[in-house]
Amino acid sequence: MSMTLPPKTPSGGRDPAAISGWAQHPDRVGFFTDTSICIGCKACEVACKEWNEVPDDGLNWLGQSYDHTGELGADTWRHVQFIEQRKRPGTADEGLDAPLIEHVPLAQLGREEGFRWLMSSDVCKHCTSAACLDVCPTGALFRTEFGTVVVQADICNGCGYCVPACPFGVIDQRRGDGRVWKCTLCYDRLKGGFEPACAQACPTNSIQFGPLDELKVRANRRVRQLHEQGFTDARLYGADPDDGVGGLGAFFLLMDEPEVYRLPPDPVVPTRDLPAMWGAAAKAATALAVATVAAFMAGRR
Amino acid sequence: MGTSFGRGGATTFQQDLQHSDCIVIMGSNMAECHPVGFQWVMEAKLRGATIIHVDPRFSRTSAVSDMYVPIRAGSDIAFLGGIVNYILQNGREFREYVERYTNAATIVSAEFEDTEDLDGLFSGFDPERGVYDVTTWQYEGAGDTGAAAGQRVRHFETDAALGERHGSHGALPGGRPRHRDPTLQDPQCTFQLLKKHFTRYTPEMVEETCGVPREQFLRVAELLCDNSGPEKTAAFCYAVGWTQHTVGVQYIRTAAIIQQLLGNIGRPGGGILALRGHASIQGSTDIPTLYELLPGYLPMPHPGDEDLATYIDNNSSPTGYWGNMDKYATSFLKAWWGDKATPENDFCYDYLPRINGDHSNFRSVLDMLEHKVKGYFVIGENPAVGSTNSKLQRLGLANLDWLVVRDFVEIESAAFWYDSPEIETGELRTEEIPTEVFFMPAAAHTEKDGSFTNTQRLLQWHHTAVEPPGDARSDLWFAFHLGRIIREKLAGSTDERDRPILDLNWNYPTQGAIEEPDAHMVLREVSGYDADNKAVSGFQDLKADGSTACGCWIYSGAFAGEVNQTARRKPHQDQNWVAPEWAWAWPANRRLLYNRASAKPDGSPWSERRRYVWWDDAREEWTGYDVPDFLTKKRPDYKPPDGAQREDAIAGDEPFIMQADGVSWLYAPSGLRDGPMPAHYEPQETPFRNPLYAQQHNPVRQTYRHRYNPYHPSNGQVGSEVFPYVFTTYRVTEHHTAGGMSRTLPYLSELQPEMFCEVSPELAAERGLVHNDWATIITARTAIEARVMVTDRVTPLLVQGRTLHQVGLPYHWGTKGLTTGDSANDLIPLALDPNVHIQESKAATCDIRPGRRPRGPALLALVEQYRRRAGLDGAESRRAAAKEHDR
Repeated sequence: MSMTLPPKTPSGGRDPAAISGWAQHPDRVGFFTDTSICIGCKACEVACKEWNEVPDDGLNWLGQSYDHTGELGADTWRHVQFIEQRKRPGTADEGLDAPLIEHVPLAQLGREEGFRWLMSSDVCKHCTSAACLDVCPTGALFRTEFGTVVVQADICNGCGYCVPACPFGVIDQRRGDGRVWKCTLCYDRLKGGFEPACAQACPTNSIQFGPLDELKVRANRRVRQLHEQGFTDARLYGADPDDGVGGLGAFFLLMDEPEVYRLPPDPVVPTRDLPAMWGAAAKAATALAVATVAAFMAGRR
Repeated sequence: MGTSFGRGGATTFQQDLQHSDCIVIMGSNMAECHPVGFQWVMEAKLRGATIIHVDPRFSRTSAVSDMYVPIRAGSDIAFLGGIVNYILQNGREFREYVERYTNAATIVSAEFEDTEDLDGLFSGFDPERGVYDVTTWQYEGAGDTGAAAGQRVRHFETDAALGERHGSHGALPGGRPRHRDPTLQDPQCTFQLLKKHFTRYTPEMVEETCGVPREQFLRVAELLCDNSGPEKTAAFCYAVGWTQHTVGVQYIRTAAIIQQLLGNIGRPGGGILALRGHASIQGSTDIPTLYELLPGYLPMPHPGDEDLATYIDNNSSPTGYWGNMDKYATSFLKAWWGDKATPENDFCYDYLPRINGDHSNFRSVLDMLEHKVKGYFVIGENPAVGSTNSKLQRLGLANLDWLVVRDFVEIESAAFWYDSPEIETGELRTEEIPTEVFFMPAAAHTEKDGSFTNTQRLLQWHHTAVEPPGDARSDLWFAFHLGRIIREKLAGSTDERDRPILDLNWNYPTQGAIEEPDAHMVLREVSGYDADNKAVSGFQDLKADGSTACGCWIYSGAFAGEVNQTARRKPHQDQNWVAPEWAWAWPANRRLLYNRASAKPDGSPWSERRRYVWWDDAREEWTGYDVPDFLTKKRPDYKPPDGAQREDAIAGDEPFIMQADGVSWLYAPSGLRDGPMPAHYEPQETPFRNPLYAQQHNPVRQTYRHRYNPYHPSNGQVGSEVFPYVFTTYRVTEHHTAGGMSRTLPYLSELQPEMFCEVSPELAAERGLVHNDWATIITARTAIEARVMVTDRVTPLLVQGRTLHQVGLPYHWGTKGLTTGDSANDLIPLALDPNVHIQESKAATCDIRPGRRPRGPALLALVEQYRRRAGLDGAESRRAAAKEHDR
């Protein structure tokens, strides 16, 4: 249970593998997705499906800009979002509804500077404190020696408890199958000493794989660089080990507020409050019991 | 590129982009179409480079660029010419580079007249034949070498049937020019001619022509100049967004002029990167699938080239590397005809066909309609979807005796006879189509040995990973065994016309159960071998006496030392950043061409920051990170003695060794059919007048008047208002060209599941188009339907005081596969660049309206209605047909 977060490592990260019973284990690894250099090629989506034999998600025209797979789900473990935004890049002070001048001569007025197209490859966050794992009654979900969270398809019974537990809406039941599926951070490839398929396929290194502590050093450097270039909106998402999920195993560099990317601004593992809830419930139960006993005692009188 | 610098390929390599200080991507959607190579643009950006994207449409490339400039499709020469003018008016050129390494100082014939003098025409235009006589374009004194040379040029360059005679390299029949003005002051020197020619390409003119605000244009020009010079370099990347125009070659020439003026050729982080669309499209021009070229850019003989000596004399140049053409041509003939090729029979030169007319693909398709073409091989192509005016293509396919299609799956080009738009409209009836279609399953690249030659001239070997399934076979297998069977059938023939086939050197060893020819032996022959059957080490080993054989001289050395050099895979971390031991690049494994220019005339680097190849005084040779593109022992102060020939005629400070005069060409005295300097002409179909000249279009563009290839009225002509919008076609990352390799795969099809069109919110409002709904796009060729994507990524432009709306159309869809849809190529007319016969598929006009298109014969009625409104009725079409080839 994740009532207590794993203790911090000397470098400031957290080591969930240790408290999951892995006495000897490799460094915690994960993804750093730098959306500032994502070109939206979707090679990650395809490489993921090829390697993990994930079925296609249906050939449906969605018209969400260039996105036609919609969202993460049982059949899409990497998902590239396309956000067409009427906003001048890099300025924190201009809101989403910055006015766009709609009349000719548009070109003269430099309309293109009031527009940007954000792309971001989303994935399972492999939370330090993972609610899906906490609520799984069968042990199908487990914490690997790499600190990642993986579903074992041969154990999952399709109860679906994990689906509402995930604060990011990542884990999902496959239609016609019933079991839940999500990114394994290519557990099989990690075992063989290879990086995950998506990271290997990414042509611009937008998806970076490695020991989480190293990735965070790199990510902080990149944010500083972007701030210096005037992209003051750039920020890391999920890199804070003290956030509501104890930090993410797959964290991001975003160019705007998390909501713009359909990410919760302050994710909290729902099981975080369980101890308090159980405490409150226990108190209530005790009080009820006391009251009941008292009532009987009083009745006997 | 060949005309400007000497070789028809990218001057640099993609990895080198990381060193660039400024990258201008224009005529290319590099992030989407070359995502792997684009990592080097991103690397440059991380290092602080400025990335500029100029394009009609905001694409994924624009999204990650520092600056995006929307431009009217088809107006790039005006934009680039504006930059040339900015450089020259403000003295921003890299003076020493321009003086020493370009032909800036060379004096041009006093008879030359510019477009400024003739309102859009150069001197020598023949309005009757629609071609130029290029005699007056020559350097002053070129005629001194004798009338024969001048005569020869006139004969070759004005014959409309000829393709790229000298187009691939800077040959000068007269050899080195005699008249120069090193001070660049003479009004007839190319520098001054250039200045005069572009003087009206002002920021205001750019704005009026391209729809680019002058401030924005000036920002691009300044950034480019600020990031060029001894310490800094800037690069251009382009793709088919430049080539697919009636003035495509001149687009690239304009960029070549800019890069020469800024000193960005032959230097790290500089150059012009031609991005090729397929894994081996560079390979298919090096060892060409073109009718007018032989391997290694040797021209195909013409009727005037009576014998080998005449052919060589007509096409080589006494000075520069093309002085060695006799060695390359003889070795090529020896590779094809082996022992049968002897000095006595002119090395079987007469076995080569002679070109006596236009045999380009589009001409052949028109000939199919007249049943002049009986049989057709379609290999690695899907013309029913991917070729311009694909309706015309399909009608041609339906009028053959036989057709062979080799592909992975049954593509539209193999299925047109029962499943195509023309079957739907009733224009074709299956039972009336004479064509017998043979569909042959092809092996994928993972199922065969072979090489790709990629965009940066890099030959990379791939090995068979699995045997091809079932009856699938490699193209090599198909070609070899087809040749073998034909030769067996012809065996014993005494007919002279069978000799070229029977005498072929056709002895490739085969291996395995499927008798796959050994691809290594093919590469070895391409690379070359000597009289003792030993692999040659490079083209310097080739001889003109018949003692060496070499299938393609520029590939010579790919099998040096009996080692397949293209299969080398030394990791980049184990060598310098140029990675010369990863695969093999032509020529001679050089990665950055003309790299002698990375050093000053005295041989020392222009700057430490941009050091690349330099003269090592102690070792008395050129050295550096790459193979020097120069004779390694030729001193920087070498001066050619009088009467020097071939490479000996190139001085030690002349980096462009393929050019007869050793320098790059700001002004091209030969090699181009539509002008020695670029001029802006409007596309074949345009809603605007040419604001620069009275001459509206490229006067020597190639057009085909045909009832299935009608052109819309241009600006000002009656009916032009019927097609008020400009459309441009393109690819998206998720699909592969005509879709044969992507619309058949679920993982790719789900990512872009339908044909769509991209329109601005303003156009959507004007025409009532609804996002996610349908639209019909109409031209005089036909009409297609597409899902509507209303997006801010498309911007209306203000051009000549009017609002211009542009429509974006990806061209991947057809009737077969998991995702199907109408083909954008059905809309595009055939109008070609006169130099390379590339079609104008990046700018044409159309109308657009909401809703799906009519089905069946009703579609024809809709198009007919538009034709009538535009004045293109039946009578007009018939008149037009009679005037085929009209310009």
